[in-house]
Amino acid sequence: MTTTLKDLTLKIWRQKGPNDAGRFETYDIPEISDEASFLEMLDILNERLIESGLEAIVFDHDCREGICGTCSLMIDGHAHGPQRGTATCQLHMRQFTSGDTIVIEPFRATSFPIIKDLMVDRAAFDRIVEVGGFISAATGGAPDGNLIPVPKPVADASMDAAACIGCGACVAACPNGAASLFTGAKLAHLNLLPQGQAERFKRAEAMVDTMDEYFGSCTNHGECEAACPKSISIDVIALMNADYRKAKFKNRKALSRT
Amino acid sequence: MSITLDAKIPEGPLADKWDNYKENERLVNPANKRKFKIIVVGTGLAGASACATLAELGYQVEAFTFHDSPRRAHSIAAQGGINAAKNYRGDGDSIHRLFYDTIKGGDFRSREGNVHRLAQVSVDIIDQMVAQGVPFAREYGGMLDNRSFGGAQVSRTFYARGQTGQQLLLGAYQQMARQVGLGNVKLWNRMELVDVVVIDGRCAGIVTRDLMTGEVSSHSAHAVVLATGGYGNAFFLSTNAMTCNVTAAWRAHRKGALFANPCYTQIHPTCIPQADDFQSKLTLMSESLRNDGRVWVPANLDETRPPDQIPEDERDYYLERLYPSFGNLAPRDISSRAAKRAVDSGRGVGPLKNGVYLDFSEAIGRLGADVVKERYGNLFEMYERITGEDPYTVPMRIYPASHYTMGGIWVDYELMTTIPGLYAAGEANFSDHGANRLGASALMQGLADGYFVLPYTVSNYLAPFLNKPIPDTSHEAFKLAEREAADRFSRYLSIGGTRSPDYFHRELGKIIWDYCGMERNQQGLEKALSEIPALYDEFQKDLNVTGDGESTNQTLEKAGRVEDFFELGMLMCHDALDREESCGGHFRSEHQTEEGEALRDDDNFAHVSAWEWTGDPTSPNLHREDLAYEEVKLQTRSYK
Repeated sequence: MTTTLKDLTLKIWRQKGPNDAGRFETYDIPEISDEASFLEMLDILNERLIESGLEAIVFDHDCREGICGTCSLMIDGHAHGPQRGTATCQLHMRQFTSGDTIVIEPFRATSFPIIKDLMVDRAAFDRIVEVGGFISAATGGAPDGNLIPVPKPVADASMDAAACIGCGACVAACPNGAASLFTGAKLAHLNLLPQGQAERFKRAEAMVDTMDEYFGSCTNHGECEAACPKSISIDVIALMNADYRKAKFKNRKALSRT
Repeated sequence: MSITLDAKIPEGPLADKWDNYKENERLVNPANKRKFKIIVVGTGLAGASACATLAELGYQVEAFTFHDSPRRAHSIAAQGGINAAKNYRGDGDSIHRLFYDTIKGGDFRSREGNVHRLAQVSVDIIDQMVAQGVPFAREYGGMLDNRSFGGAQVSRTFYARGQTGQQLLLGAYQQMARQVGLGNVKLWNRMELVDVVVIDGRCAGIVTRDLMTGEVSSHSAHAVVLATGGYGNAFFLSTNAMTCNVTAAWRAHRKGALFANPCYTQIHPTCIPQADDFQSKLTLMSESLRNDGRVWVPANLDETRPPDQIPEDERDYYLERLYPSFGNLAPRDISSRAAKRAVDSGRGVGPLKNGVYLDFSEAIGRLGADVVKERYGNLFEMYERITGEDPYTVPMRIYPASHYTMGGIWVDYELMTTIPGLYAAGEANFSDHGANRLGASALMQGLADGYFVLPYTVSNYLAPFLNKPIPDTSHEAFKLAEREAADRFSRYLSIGGTRSPDYFHRELGKIIWDYCGMERNQQGLEKALSEIPALYDEFQKDLNVTGDGESTNQTLEKAGRVEDFFELGMLMCHDALDREESCGGHFRSEHQTEEGEALRDDDNFAHVSAWEWTGDPTSPNLHREDLAYEEVKLQTRSYK
């Protein structure tokens, strides 16, 4: 294994605050190792900026293990960069070629306003979860964990959807800025499980309606699945739509009985 | 300050203590709970579960996270699993056995009462998380599956692929989000705690800094819970997330909360070795991999062949050789030191000769690649992305790294710190893991504290304060703390030196890793205690923080956290120097057996070292809490 060094040019979006105009700035960054992650390259750039008295570039990041969903970035127009099924923090510089110019922008979506430079506000995701992305099970009264068997294929399908890290790449990649993959994944996680049945249709209606308040409409482009760092399938959107349609009938019926 | 450390362990036989406590504690009537405000800082497993449960009970809860969303907390990165004494395997598990394994794993340096309660509530945690929809791994019949973890001879670990922490945190986050939606929890995101306020000897609230605007503000409450995680990032390179820090705990410490056993840090045996100097963090490979992976190094010094060309008889499966009954599942501290010895002996592998092999070829042969992929697929993918090597065909390379800190804020049985009204939960406290934590026990403790302990113990403190006024944020103590915090951040901006906060963090981390890492000795610790203050002095003169204090400024945030790591780093070294024995993760090279294992000194050190802030980080004041063992006989740990 040999470590090669690359000379790169970065075009990075800088924006002072939510209401300021932004612009691209160009930085030359020589001798970046293959072993560096994309974010370590930005760390190196930032340290050089600070030591020359310039303000560091703001970007969201935390675990650097591809699981917390904090990191974002549009890299050469791709949410989380060119490598499939990979969050920005797991992208390594061996994916790039010396001499490349790399364009780095924040996630682009009206529902994710820019805070500063490459950092955006994804709080709208929390609002969707708060209206129904849970199973109401107050602490204390739960029955034995093995009381309700969950068939392995069901647990596996639920887990496939639950793997969503809430990063927002699906929204950033979508031409409509829709959040259907995120919302569909949470609905599939909970609606597939036996524990999730009691609130299934209430959940579907509440989450979809809240999603529609913040995000654009899905027109089945499928860009979200391609951008998803956890490769979540757009099948979850079909499940969501089916449950939402049923919910519109079932919830009305339930209401009429009261 | 005269301090008596009373752990407040309830009366009665060990197995009855928690029930006795619950029967005798003071309660707050359901209609009165809304009159009490509780602040929870941190929204990982302990914080989110505490927020959810306290709000369900009816308290007014305010949650603070410095992340953009509560779901980002670093609990999310835990991979392997969560222990519970369910005995679903029928393999001899019981609450007592989980209790005993945890005490023994902690090298007999934890409190019996706390640990027994942890083992008791472990079974409720699994039930609770299943009810909330955590998609735990299942068998074909639909029952919950288990795997084995280090330091146990039963299979009691529940898991959700290699993402157990993620799924448990999402479960707790969702319960918390439900309460946010219902208006019972007020959520403050991108807000960092910068001080704790104590008025008339009680915790009155906190001071925060808004990470988007720089605004410093105060928040008062009847009680405050710190669930702000551990301090493993003191080493700079660790498996912690980039923003994990000690600031909340340290600010509480400076206001009177004793800090216990700071030298008990866990070095995790299976992380991807460092590849280069600019590396920002180390990545953990779950301990669960040791269920099927075999650890080895070449038997010969200066081996140059690729691993697949080294014949079996020229490999040293050193864990299997040294610890035949636990083999590759020996506890973390023991496995880590064995790896260090293998690398130090010159038999390390990889381009920098800084790792050991974790080899799956035998498991792939026995189980088939598909089964291995099902168990560990996501970990293998992560490994390949980082190293560019495929672990299905080339053995993984691993090396120990800082991962977890058993030490933390001193708390009593009720999880209350030495400041009345201030609690610490999860990794932020010191209470349950002694000198070494067993795998899959961190998730268990975080959720135990938040779901099943704090909701009981908080009412015992609050009950007498019903309808009594509490100081509000106009109180002079809040205003003073606000001014001090604002001045501190202005100071960082005005130093105008030449070095970034990361530079100082990296240099500090090197000192702590070299002298207070996997192996410590008097000479090294004294050296560290002379080098850290010198570097700290340089930090105060040569720091450069660019940007301003009125908009998001990650350099400024980092400066505050690094300063707290400096003071903590000194305390870690003082504690390690004072503890003249080896136990668990604290290995003093002067105190070892002939075979190189940790040599405890129970006559002189069967106590918790709880340090008091004196105003001078170079001379902390030591208090001791003796550990009384009623149930367990102290013995030398053996995993042979």
